[in-house]
Amino acid sequence: MTECVSIGIDVGSTTWKAVAVDSKGNILASIVEEAEPLIDRQTERALAELKAQVKAGDGVRIGATGYGRKRVRADLVLTEITCHARGAFHLTGKGGVLIDIGGQDTKIIKIGNNGDVLDFSMNDKCAAGTGRFLEVILKRLRVPFDEVALRFNKAVNSIPVSNTCTVFAESEVVSLVAEGKEIDEIVKGLHQSLASRVASLAGDIPPDSEIFMSGGVALNESMVKSLVDRTGRRIRVLNSPQLIGALGAALAAR
Amino acid sequence: MITRKIQYQMAKRAVGPFLMALDRWQSAQKSRKRKPRETPFGPPLQSVQKLKEIMTLNYFEGRYADGAVPVAWVTSGFPAEVFFALGFHVVYPENHAALCSTRHKVPEIAEFAERDGLSRDVCSYARTDIGSVISGKTPVGRLPKPDMIACCTNICQTVLYWYRNLAEYLNVPLVLVDTPFMYGGTREHHLDYVSAQLGEVIEAAERISGRRMDAEKLARVVENARDGSRLWGECLAISQARPAPWTGIDTFFHIAPIVTIRGTETCNEYYRMLKDELTERVKAGVGGIKNEKHRLLWDNLPIWFKVREHSTMTAERGFNFVCATYSNAWAEAGDLIDPSHPLESAAKTYTYVYLNRDLDNRLKTTVDLAKSFGVDGAVLHSDRSCKPYSVGQVDVKERLQKDMNIRVLLLEADHADERSLSGEQAEMRLLAFMENFND
Repeated sequence: MTECVSIGIDVGSTTWKAVAVDSKGNILASIVEEAEPLIDRQTERALAELKAQVKAGDGVRIGATGYGRKRVRADLVLTEITCHARGAFHLTGKGGVLIDIGGQDTKIIKIGNNGDVLDFSMNDKCAAGTGRFLEVILKRLRVPFDEVALRFNKAVNSIPVSNTCTVFAESEVVSLVAEGKEIDEIVKGLHQSLASRVASLAGDIPPDSEIFMSGGVALNESMVKSLVDRTGRRIRVLNSPQLIGALGAALAAR
Repeated sequence: MITRKIQYQMAKRAVGPFLMALDRWQSAQKSRKRKPRETPFGPPLQSVQKLKEIMTLNYFEGRYADGAVPVAWVTSGFPAEVFFALGFHVVYPENHAALCSTRHKVPEIAEFAERDGLSRDVCSYARTDIGSVISGKTPVGRLPKPDMIACCTNICQTVLYWYRNLAEYLNVPLVLVDTPFMYGGTREHHLDYVSAQLGEVIEAAERISGRRMDAEKLARVVENARDGSRLWGECLAISQARPAPWTGIDTFFHIAPIVTIRGTETCNEYYRMLKDELTERVKAGVGGIKNEKHRLLWDNLPIWFKVREHSTMTAERGFNFVCATYSNAWAEAGDLIDPSHPLESAAKTYTYVYLNRDLDNRLKTTVDLAKSFGVDGAVLHSDRSCKPYSVGQVDVKERLQKDMNIRVLLLEADHADERSLSGEQAEMRLLAFMENFND
């Protein structure tokens, strides 16, 4: 087995991710778990598991990122913005615009042709426009994640969810349900509303810029489709999108 | 009345100076005993002690001012020279709210205004001051009840409603100076309109205080205001040196005299002292931070309750805010003030303030500042409480990127209300911004 030189840990608001890489940045093993409240304990346990999988010694370098990064004993601590950009550039080898929709925030990162972060923007403190927003509303609608795409595709029309605040959007959805609106149409409208928010955060993306997507929400194909429809552009979802931040942290720590 | 006057004079001339001398002695004792802490900053400015004394004394005197001397509460952009010339004690609610914020008192004070019906979307300075009037809560002991309040719309339109509320709660007369927004330059009728209002302000202030305006005294105060503004500008310009001898964050605190006691000799003496110290620091190569690798511009009001935390975070990484459009705003007007034509020149000076001018001027001023201070990045604070300052920042960002090819961060926060800030997100933005500079 190729030697593991570094491990990147991304402690997000909803999931805990780690990636072990070799000297060329190839992913040797990874772990994705739901984030636990006791970050230190989860990190200690899961990191030991990952190290055992790749037979990494104590000398392996650790890079940490994500909201819980300060709770990780690491050789290098970097923000998700830098790590997602590094991870994405490593996989694509080119610049472009990266849309990362995570649990707690949405980031639009402009990456230069040499992998530098040229600029970035994020949603403000409101959770509207994040993975959490989707999660809250889907839970209220009792739609499990694996049914989302099916219901989205079944809906002929869509009912827009207009509120920009997660809390108000939830009550708006409750009202729509009470009015007897079709759940599938609300699901479709919900995704389109979120896509619209993300697109306005992204602003004008130059036509020659490729658009990539990372973060847990990239696994939601209805969301990707809504973004494609909204932007009128092709969007490339990176492999294992949830792991891009951890990959970037591992690469930076090498 | 006589007792009150004696109390006020005692506070101003005996008790206040004695307490300040005691504080100076205690500070000296403490710093002798204290092991110097390891910080990313250069040696502290010696002038800070004097600044602290001036401002503390000003608030201390204020506690005993009502009933002893006429008192006016005014907006930061008001031509307060007329009040100083008439011997008023002048209180700046904006400065008071900023002080509340640095002491983390805004949530508990502003809540009183919110309970009375003010939305959280209203400026946090306004909510804090109105909340302070309702509750009597203030970290400065006591604010003197004003005989009149005065507002000038050159910094925003919110002040009009804010001061109307204050006038109602305090049951005192409000005078208003309405300054037309400047698209391009001023026209003669704009200046006639504003100077006519200034004449009315003097009449009202004379009537309320029972004092007569002395033209010579007014000219002297106006001359002091001009010199003070110039001196402040000279202090700021010293940061064009590398390393800058102080930080932009320092300027947010040292701005207090030019805002609150503009027109007084105390203000100008202070800035002469500060200027000398900064000049000496440049000669000795002493920086505001120890290892200045990158120079930044700050736009908009400070995030008062986070100033120290953010400045430490940036200084640790070799970033210094060497200039700020906010600090610069009080240095711009110096040359427009003409003591031989106090009202006419005040009309021009106070109409020409930064926030009363169009976006073209803001774009040009910001780029000029960025160029003259040689910055390689800028942080634009998009301030929930100050819409006039925040609208247009996307254009400012684009202009700085286009003209100077520098990194620019838009940071969403609030100047005073910590409930409006997501601390972790703001910190992450700042860190991510800094991580991507090449050393």
